[in-house]
Amino acid sequence: MKDKNDKKLPAANNGNQKEEQYSLNDDRRVKVLSPGALVAKRFLRNRLAVTGMVILLIMFLFSFLGGLLSPYAEDQKFYRTDVQAKDYAGILHNEEYRYTVGDPELFKSAVHAQALKAIITNNESFDYKDHSYTLNKLDEDLYTVSCEGKVVGIASKELINSSDNRPVSFDFALQVYQAKAEGKNTFTADSVEYNIDEDGVITDSAGAEVGYVSAYIVRAVMPDVVFSREFKNQLIDAAEAGDESFKYTDENGVEAEYILQYDAATKAYDVRREIATKVFDTYSAPSKSHWVGTDRNGMDMLTRLMYGGRISLMIGFIVVIIETIIGIVLGGISGYFGGWIDNLIMRIVDVFYCIPSLPFIIIVGAAMDAANVPSLTRMIYLMLILGFLGWPGVARLIRGQILSLREQEFMTATEACGIAPYKRIFKHLVPNVMPQLIVYMTMGLGSTIITEATLSFLGLGVRFPFASWGNIINDVNDTFVLTNYWFIWIPAGILLLTTVLAFNIVGDGLRDAFDPKMKR
Amino acid sequence: MRKFIIKRLLQSVVILFFVAFIIYALMRCLPTSYVEAMARQKSMQPGSKSFEEWMEQLTVMYNMNGGIVSGFFKWLGSMLRGDFGDSWRWTVPVLEKFNDTVWLSFTMGFISFVLELLIAIPLGIIAATKQYSKTDYTISVLALAGISLPTFFFASLLKLVFSVKLGWFDLYGLVGRNYDQLSAFGKILDKGNHLILPIVTLVVVSMGSLMRYTRTNMLEVLNADYIRTARAKGLSEKKVIYRHAFRNTLIPIVTLVGGSLPGLFSGALITETLFGIPGIGFASYHSMRSGDIPFSMFFLVFTAVLTLLGNLIADILYAVVDPRVRIT
Repeated sequence: MKDKNDKKLPAANNGNQKEEQYSLNDDRRVKVLSPGALVAKRFLRNRLAVTGMVILLIMFLFSFLGGLLSPYAEDQKFYRTDVQAKDYAGILHNEEYRYTVGDPELFKSAVHAQALKAIITNNESFDYKDHSYTLNKLDEDLYTVSCEGKVVGIASKELINSSDNRPVSFDFALQVYQAKAEGKNTFTADSVEYNIDEDGVITDSAGAEVGYVSAYIVRAVMPDVVFSREFKNQLIDAAEAGDESFKYTDENGVEAEYILQYDAATKAYDVRREIATKVFDTYSAPSKSHWVGTDRNGMDMLTRLMYGGRISLMIGFIVVIIETIIGIVLGGISGYFGGWIDNLIMRIVDVFYCIPSLPFIIIVGAAMDAANVPSLTRMIYLMLILGFLGWPGVARLIRGQILSLREQEFMTATEACGIAPYKRIFKHLVPNVMPQLIVYMTMGLGSTIITEATLSFLGLGVRFPFASWGNIINDVNDTFVLTNYWFIWIPAGILLLTTVLAFNIVGDGLRDAFDPKMKR
Repeated sequence: MRKFIIKRLLQSVVILFFVAFIIYALMRCLPTSYVEAMARQKSMQPGSKSFEEWMEQLTVMYNMNGGIVSGFFKWLGSMLRGDFGDSWRWTVPVLEKFNDTVWLSFTMGFISFVLELLIAIPLGIIAATKQYSKTDYTISVLALAGISLPTFFFASLLKLVFSVKLGWFDLYGLVGRNYDQLSAFGKILDKGNHLILPIVTLVVVSMGSLMRYTRTNMLEVLNADYIRTARAKGLSEKKVIYRHAFRNTLIPIVTLVGGSLPGLFSGALITETLFGIPGIGFASYHSMRSGDIPFSMFFLVFTAVLTLLGNLIADILYAVVDPRVRIT
């Protein structure tokens, strides 16, 4: 037993001492390696292939372990606060006379025009139809119009705004204007006493504000917004001071910045409100918290890449396993039995070979699109279809090898031993094809990953919410992303390229390692 | 030889029959077919008939009222009479659309194929003659990278660099904005300019496999006894490689090249779609996505014919080029 062990182990440390003791034809002088160890040795000597293997290992760790280590979930969305400026209000400095009508019969709009004409031409009185009117100047830009000794209207550039936004009575307006013109602090209208300060704010005797007089008109852009007096004051102050922006905290405690923009043509200010809103953190550039930025949906790109790798690799493996199993069974049967079975299976292989696989999957994808197949089911179908389209290659490979193998002596021996045909195929023939099969599978993994990525890229493969390297790159279909957001698609593409390249290099290395004729 | 070809042709007919049937069945199984989409669109119009009525009328109009099997035989019958029907998506006869698009694809494919041969074969031979040198490793890795490069990724990279950053080419399309104002020669140049990026994509992506194939075959030949004999005779290395080895390497290469010639007509689906080149691949992609049965059927069967033809040509060439091979 010990003897046997010695033979198998390289026994490098004690080999030198014992070598002299053994006779020349002693078996123990020769290091015996199993075929597997020989292959491994040859493989490890190939530096390129080892590099490929290391890359693959890293990719697997990245995809399968990365998802666990990443602090984020696959479809966790991130938000950022974005300052959005919205049109909020407009302020107009009134440059035209506005008319307050006391008697609608006597102070019609036609009379307004006559009054304006009189004001401009500095006439004290004017006539309209069969009435004559007198104009009484109370103050700069403030006139009352009387007819037959009675005040019928007021023309003013300043306006009275009531706190409850209801129109005020004519008498009230008249009293306000008179008080303001005479510089009085109190006035009485409708037998109620009011106070008015020099800013034009009108308060009742209890001190509650009822309105104000101002040459500014403030209107809201949204119909449902009512401005507070305080806000209006601030706004007007800012406009008068020529400020471009001010901050204001409204009664709900929301602080916002307001930006004033003067439009010379209309002599109006546009007020825009800058308010912080929560939006999806889409296409944000790489940063400390998101190493590769975020994607279209505001998800962490690095995490998506990890999960994407998981799906891409998993699909690759499952598809290759499916096609290998079908290929081994059908190829084995076909090669071993020959005759009409072989003929039949090979014609089926021919048919499958002839089906243009990419168009075929595109059609199936379009069908699944139309049927609204859920993402997970879709992925499973995709794997099955890719597997079913891929087996003829394996079947041909197996059959070709078996055709030559079955003529060899060991097969005659199995026949002589009376081993059942299925055992002969799968226990004695297929293992002999293993080297070629492993190479084929490794290379197949690479090409399957590319196919899957291509389909996902076209939007026919793996769908959101699942990530795959292909559907991550899919965003590049948007020219804006192509131009501006390299971090969305280039990392995924590089991962894809390196993984497939690594599979191909390893496959190549394995082929060389399995080939006993290789001399290096 | 003749017997072999006849046998293969007969086999091909049987294979084609099944391939066509499978594809036809698949197209018919599309849950939302073109007809349904059309009926929905029509029924949306004001004052129109209901969806069901349109559906009924259109199904009959588009010959979709039979079962899959009878529909297939009807299609087969008219196809054998040379009538491929009208494309639904493109609203012209299938053959007309085919004729419009296939030559563009062929030109593109042919140019890139020639470039591919010119680059891949010499590189493959150099790699083989300097086996395990740095050059060999570089070429091998390049070849593998070409195989591993996803078309869409490479095309996007090219677009980013040459269209967006450098602004040399347009992002999409076959003709520029001012195409109509150009002279006849300018028009050709404009089209050529738009074909550069697609052709580069095709060459880079498909070069790798030919390069590896050349290298492997060259290595095999270099290990053969007659090369040893040539060297033993004292021939110069140049003569050994280019007179003796290269000619023998040509046997498998010619076979491969001959076999891939028919494939040039099938277009490059992904590259054309990405670059918006209105070739056969582009047309078929859109037909397939919208469920245009006549055009898709025609294209898919056409591709299958090309594949079969390619295999047949490869087998025949194998015997023609290498007199040691007898096929029966």
